[in-house]
Amino acid sequence: MTETLEKQHLAIETRDMHLFYGHFRAVKDVDLQVIPQKITAIIGPSGCGKSTVLRSFNRMNDFVPSFHMEGEVLFHGQNIYATDVDPVMVRQRIGMVFQKPNPFPKSIYDNVAWGARINGFKENMDDLVEQTLRQAALWDEVKDDLRKSGLSLSGGQQQRLCIARALAVKPEIILMDEPCSALDPIATLKIEDLMRELSEQYTIIIVTHNMQQAARASDHTAFFTMDEDRAGIMVEYGETNQIFTNPRDKRTEDYITGRFG
Amino acid sequence: MENQIVKQQVIRMESAEQLVIHKLRKRPRLGETFIQGFLFFCGAVSIFTTIGIVFELGKESLLFFQMPGVTLVEFLTKTEWQPTIGKFGVLSLINATLMTTLFAMLVALPLGLGAAIYLSEYATPRARSILKPVLEVLAGVPTVVYGFFALTTMTPLLRAIFGEQVQVYNTLSAGLVMGIMILPLVCSMSEDALSAVPRSLREAAYGLGATRLETAVQVVVPAALSGIIAAFILGVSRAVGETMIVALAAGSGPNFTFDPFQAAETMTGYIARISGGDVSYDTPDYNSIFAIGLLLFTSTLLLNVISRRLVARFREVYE
Amino acid sequence: MSGYFSTPKSNLAMRHRVGGVWKAIFFLSTAIGLLALAVLVITILDDVFGLVAVVDKVDRTTLADRPLEDLEKDELLAILDKKVSVNRLRTIQRNGGFTLDEIPAGEVYELVIAEVVKPTVEESYPLFDSLFKRAEIEAEVAQKHPDATIYFYSWLNQRFLTNSMSTTPQLAGVRTALFGSLWIIVITVAFAFPIGVGAAIYLEEYASRSWVNRVIQTNIDNLAGVPSIVYGILGLAIFVRTLSALTSGKAFGVEGVETGRTVLAAGLTMGLLVLPILIINAQEAVRAVPNSLRQASYGLGATQWQTIWHHVLPSAFPGILTGTILAVSRAIGETAPLILVGASSLINKDPQGIFSYFTALPIQIYNWTSRPQAEFRNIAAAAIIVLLVVLLSLNAVAILTRNRLTRRAP
Repeated sequence: MTETLEKQHLAIETRDMHLFYGHFRAVKDVDLQVIPQKITAIIGPSGCGKSTVLRSFNRMNDFVPSFHMEGEVLFHGQNIYATDVDPVMVRQRIGMVFQKPNPFPKSIYDNVAWGARINGFKENMDDLVEQTLRQAALWDEVKDDLRKSGLSLSGGQQQRLCIARALAVKPEIILMDEPCSALDPIATLKIEDLMRELSEQYTIIIVTHNMQQAARASDHTAFFTMDEDRAGIMVEYGETNQIFTNPRDKRTEDYITGRFG
Repeated sequence: MENQIVKQQVIRMESAEQLVIHKLRKRPRLGETFIQGFLFFCGAVSIFTTIGIVFELGKESLLFFQMPGVTLVEFLTKTEWQPTIGKFGVLSLINATLMTTLFAMLVALPLGLGAAIYLSEYATPRARSILKPVLEVLAGVPTVVYGFFALTTMTPLLRAIFGEQVQVYNTLSAGLVMGIMILPLVCSMSEDALSAVPRSLREAAYGLGATRLETAVQVVVPAALSGIIAAFILGVSRAVGETMIVALAAGSGPNFTFDPFQAAETMTGYIARISGGDVSYDTPDYNSIFAIGLLLFTSTLLLNVISRRLVARFREVYE
Repeated sequence: MSGYFSTPKSNLAMRHRVGGVWKAIFFLSTAIGLLALAVLVITILDDVFGLVAVVDKVDRTTLADRPLEDLEKDELLAILDKKVSVNRLRTIQRNGGFTLDEIPAGEVYELVIAEVVKPTVEESYPLFDSLFKRAEIEAEVAQKHPDATIYFYSWLNQRFLTNSMSTTPQLAGVRTALFGSLWIIVITVAFAFPIGVGAAIYLEEYASRSWVNRVIQTNIDNLAGVPSIVYGILGLAIFVRTLSALTSGKAFGVEGVETGRTVLAAGLTMGLLVLPILIINAQEAVRAVPNSLRQASYGLGATQWQTIWHHVLPSAFPGILTGTILAVSRAIGETAPLILVGASSLINKDPQGIFSYFTALPIQIYNWTSRPQAEFRNIAAAAIIVLLVVLLSLNAVAILTRNRLTRRAP
């Protein structure tokens, strides 16, 4: 199926990507092509390096001293690991939502406004905050107390606040690292609906340990597992429907049926 | 006959059971109780210490305020302090204490916080594991050595910069050196607070495209603010109670002045000077030590309590 | 930057520049702290070593036809007999606890220098001036003190360690002060260690969450922040004044000490001062003992005290020891409380026991530093080095013992 993807319209493309922690090869030889304005899910057993792969897309792994990578991660045709690329710039274009909601201990308003402010946003901040909170389907719940601390919201609301915060920087891609793992089912559904709406404007890559979620909410799915060296490898990548109904690789089938059937 | 035997057996079993029950019954363990009592006494020694401090300071201070010519109002509002000739205005001593404390915090707060931010947000773990203990050596140097340092290095340095208007004993020199002494305290407490801020907050900021500085100053520092303020307050308390540096370098003799180049005696400096000589019991000099000691004790205690409250609140948020 | 990233969304270059400047500022803060430490050390060294211009009160060549160092013991004794009064000689022997006949020639030579030649340091120069401006110094000395000899002198020397207090800087030493400090520390440890460890065990192992125990814990935390001079005031009021019968030894029939300004009073005051720190450190060590150890012991039917004595204390011991040494090293450097409880810098008799008057190292440093003459600064600096060496070796001992004890533990 990869042959059918049109290269010039890729959101992110990795070439021969290997990820290391010190001497340990955590992820091996990944060639992934992410389609813009779609939701791409990364699934696989725990420890297979899903999060490491996701974090390498906006250079969040830079903060792990022992981390290094080989190969290329292309964004608009440019390798984001090239020496002349500023990781700060990369993260402005490729935002991230984390596993546990992590609002700043500031007001709801400031949580949304801060990222935009440091990135030089000069227009009407009130409008931006309202617009992104609406986009994140949070506006109606918080519009009367924007001055309240972000920490006072419920878990699901906090995670939508974190999504709004990411949107306010106006990224092209949003990386989501198991965004619903700390949430209850209702809050999870809200986030999934939100992802579906956002995918009309943004490219979303989501790491999830929840296969139903991947099946429900994503357009494309990449299945990762560990090889005999405990290094993560990408086994299969394709349209979600195909991966879940007609997997080509035996390992994918085992994983899916093992949990699904 | 058979019945008899059964009966006997039953009785025997019952008595065995009773024996077991008897063995399991709680017994007074005299040794254990005695030890626990002794250990409680050890813990209570600290209570006796506090009671001793409060009682002695209070008792002698009462005697001080009962002396002819001493009133609380004069004590707290007048600026001239000469107990032997009946002048009891403690403001000159308080003023000198506040001056040296101010200069100390002007050094310790920015440098301590800056160093804490560097160690927590910039330094590699290896660099931090070397730099932090070295900085803490500064905290282990006895304060009398800092007094020597103030007198032999800082004062001549100030005189070289500002000229002869700097007196040999002056509050600026003592304050600046005191700041160096307090720096490791402020640094290490602030660093603890900064390091306790969860990594997820930093990642959130980086994920939005913030630089390291923006993350450190606009996200991590505000999140650790109560811990940093606690460090600052504890630093102030340390500066107010510090004796040897001011006794050596700030000057002896009360002097109500705002000139940092002039000699002026602090509360602690006064206590050290008066008690260093041959002071006889129940004289104005002797009793005044206790009145000033009480002032010192209550003010530092207040600062310490506030600081500890802030740290506790900070811990509640993040632990 | 090239390609896609070359069209910055914002003033990113500016932000990075600001970031770089502040990174430098933060680093500079750290560096200033380190620099202060370095300057502190240099200041002390600068005053310990350096050139001195010495003038002999009595010309050495008039005493003998050979250099004094080469003289035999009886020749030296002859000089002493001729130049020093009988009474003075008797006093020297009584104070020193020796007779002239039994000491070696080297010590007699020292006596001749001290009592007859009486070399006086007229000028003393700091180390760095001595190294880099030697010519100027020599010119100055030649003009001011024509008959002075200039030589390089270390104020920290053997005589400094073994002599007691003197009003002449180059004859003064720290022996009495060292003994005073040691005596105080012995009492401090003997008082604070058992009580501190006991309190820590009580709070960690026995104390319920009742209000009494909460008050004790809060109280200890607050006492740790009380200025040391307040402890001095407490010591003055309680140990020196109220309990003077005990601390002067009168209650035990000890004669010759009139007031409570003794080693015992100082040691107890220091004990109270370090107690809260010691308790807090010991509490941490006890808390670090894993609960599984306690449960294993209870599972075998041990009582609470058996569990503590046989399991908790042994495995907490390295931590308690380190905590104690850290607390005690604070006591060694403390000066203010000793001033309050009446250390006297003029004492030149070694403390004979816990009911003696005393002086201590930090007291000598304080006293010598506050004198205006440069030579007293020199010996203050030398005494600081002695104090720092004592502190450093204590800490080294703490670290070594802890490492050895923890390695032996399973």
